[in-house]
Amino acid sequence: MELLSNLALGFSVALTPFTLFLAVAGCFLGTIIGALPGLGPSNGVAILIPLAFSLGLDATSALVLMTAVYYGAMYGGRISSILLNIPGDEPALMTTLDGYPMAKAGRAGDALVLSGFASFFGALFATIGLMLLAPLLSRIAYQFGPSEYFALYLLAFSTLGGIASRNQAKAALASCIGLGIAMIGLDNQTGMPRFTGGNLHLMDGVDFLVAIVGLFAVAEVFVFIESHGRESSIGVKLGKVTLPVRDLTKGIGTMLRSSVIGFIAGVLPGAGASLGSFLAYMGEKNVQGEKGGFGTGVPKGVMAPEAGNNAAAGGALVPMLTLGVPGSGTTAVLLALLLTLNITPGPTLFTDRPDVVWGLIASLLIANFVLLAMNVPMVKMFVHILSVPAWVLLPGVMMISFVGIYSLSGSYFDLLLMIFFGIVGWMFRKLDVPTVPIILGILLGNHMEDALRRAMILSDGDWRFLFGFRWHSSPGEYEFYSAIPSSLLVLAVAGFVAPIFLRRVIKKPQAVSD
Amino acid sequence: MKLSDRLFGVVVILGALAYTAGAFQIQASFMSDPVGSKTFPLMLAGVAAICGLIFVFRPDDDPAWPGRMTLGNIVIAVLVMVAYAHALKPLGFLIPTAICAAILSFQISPRPLPAAITGLGLSIGLFLIFKYALGLGLQPLPKAWLG
Repeated sequence: MELLSNLALGFSVALTPFTLFLAVAGCFLGTIIGALPGLGPSNGVAILIPLAFSLGLDATSALVLMTAVYYGAMYGGRISSILLNIPGDEPALMTTLDGYPMAKAGRAGDALVLSGFASFFGALFATIGLMLLAPLLSRIAYQFGPSEYFALYLLAFSTLGGIASRNQAKAALASCIGLGIAMIGLDNQTGMPRFTGGNLHLMDGVDFLVAIVGLFAVAEVFVFIESHGRESSIGVKLGKVTLPVRDLTKGIGTMLRSSVIGFIAGVLPGAGASLGSFLAYMGEKNVQGEKGGFGTGVPKGVMAPEAGNNAAAGGALVPMLTLGVPGSGTTAVLLALLLTLNITPGPTLFTDRPDVVWGLIASLLIANFVLLAMNVPMVKMFVHILSVPAWVLLPGVMMISFVGIYSLSGSYFDLLLMIFFGIVGWMFRKLDVPTVPIILGILLGNHMEDALRRAMILSDGDWRFLFGFRWHSSPGEYEFYSAIPSSLLVLAVAGFVAPIFLRRVIKKPQAVSD
Repeated sequence: MKLSDRLFGVVVILGALAYTAGAFQIQASFMSDPVGSKTFPLMLAGVAAICGLIFVFRPDDDPAWPGRMTLGNIVIAVLVMVAYAHALKPLGFLIPTAICAAILSFQISPRPLPAAITGLGLSIGLFLIFKYALGLGLQPLPKAWLG
């Protein structure tokens, strides 16, 4: 019953005309961003955040707009996967495996409609999962003290590289760089400047929005210059769009299984949507066996990864909202948005700002239905957008990035810093150094250090406190006060080491299609 | 060849050393806690240095670096962006945006006329969107011209 009253509160926030308008606009923008090759949810949301901020939207409105863009981009990513064989973003990679062969066989319309429905199914499943799981998790997280949080941050950083990056040392370095950048500026505890080199601009630290837009959007422009826009090519013709009822009913089991796998993958810190779609596709491939014909252009091969990645996108919101630890690149960007709006995600969010949380959940439910309408009957309109050439699109992205950052701070120093991050992002992409941990490091660096320092203040400098031990003076021995910190630390070590071995077992998805 | 990672590793180690030196520059304050301002940064520098050593001794294969032409294009793009960052305030939005967008467009697809049209179109179109739809306080032209 508590759930229903919370939902009622949520809908009372979400159903105001303005919020509704933002949700629809966000879905529309998001689908476009997702559909454009090279622009995905994380860089799409990144370039829009400064704008949302300078529009002066309040917390709920900004969050509704951005999560609608996020969900929209997850839906839209499949369009270029199917029609151009170019994933609009990384999670949509698996959709190319069966989507493009289907389109080549003249079933592009069917593939788009079926994947649209699968996206809807996965996203709806995940939103309901979020609704049920998040309050439970926030109740557990309530008991977290500084040592638990320190261990949790360590877990997030050690798993973030995951199977997405090939070299764990490079993922670790990226985390260190991000955390190191976060240290720049005034020390929270003592008020002394650190690593500013006497530069006044750096006293407040490096704004994470500058880093995000630089690493994601500006770097993308360099990648495109390098490829000379080769990536936007003509694709497959799209014929009449009808509803393939038969394939849809046959695929319900597939969608359900894939949604469950995707949701779980999304909730795990650091894994995110790419892993969700990968696991959903591989899992379903095993279920269907040889006869399933995965990889040759079968409907179930499009539905599985799309249900999986959209479920993972919703799942990734769970740790972001309840613990303040994002589960993917885009949720890291959303976390940045929340922090800019002076909202600290975490267990207290559910009790202090129920309007924000439940308003968000209600608008996600609404956004799902809007997206279904946009992506199934209106899909043809978005297909036309794919014909925008890179030489118009990329300068446009660039200019929006500049104006976004400029309107935030009005300083050319931030613009130069953004260009610098763009160059670094491009080089790091070449060197296979992941950039998401850098963002997460800048976002969480000060929180992580604070957790460590507060834990040490509580224990008077005894490092064993971080593992869940507390000194008791009356019997004169150590007491094991909580199993959470050490279990999180064990998970962190396992999460860091496991991919090194797993990578030998699970080959990259390309090997599957070849 | 595995030169890229080796070189990168050396840069990382030097960076970690510089960061360590920076950490020792942090001045102590009258407020203090058991950890202090230096410990966490020093830990980060330590981990980063270890990563740098790994790159030097166990490098990955070299990525495909762009040729001299493409590298030139990217350098030009960077210079244009830096110039744009400096020009935005004194010259207003329209003129620098048109020039910068046109050059960037030309870098991606080297055809002068479409690039010029892209520059003009983006400059005017984005200005209208930013100014009237989003209500950002952008200045269209140089201050001197507006009197």
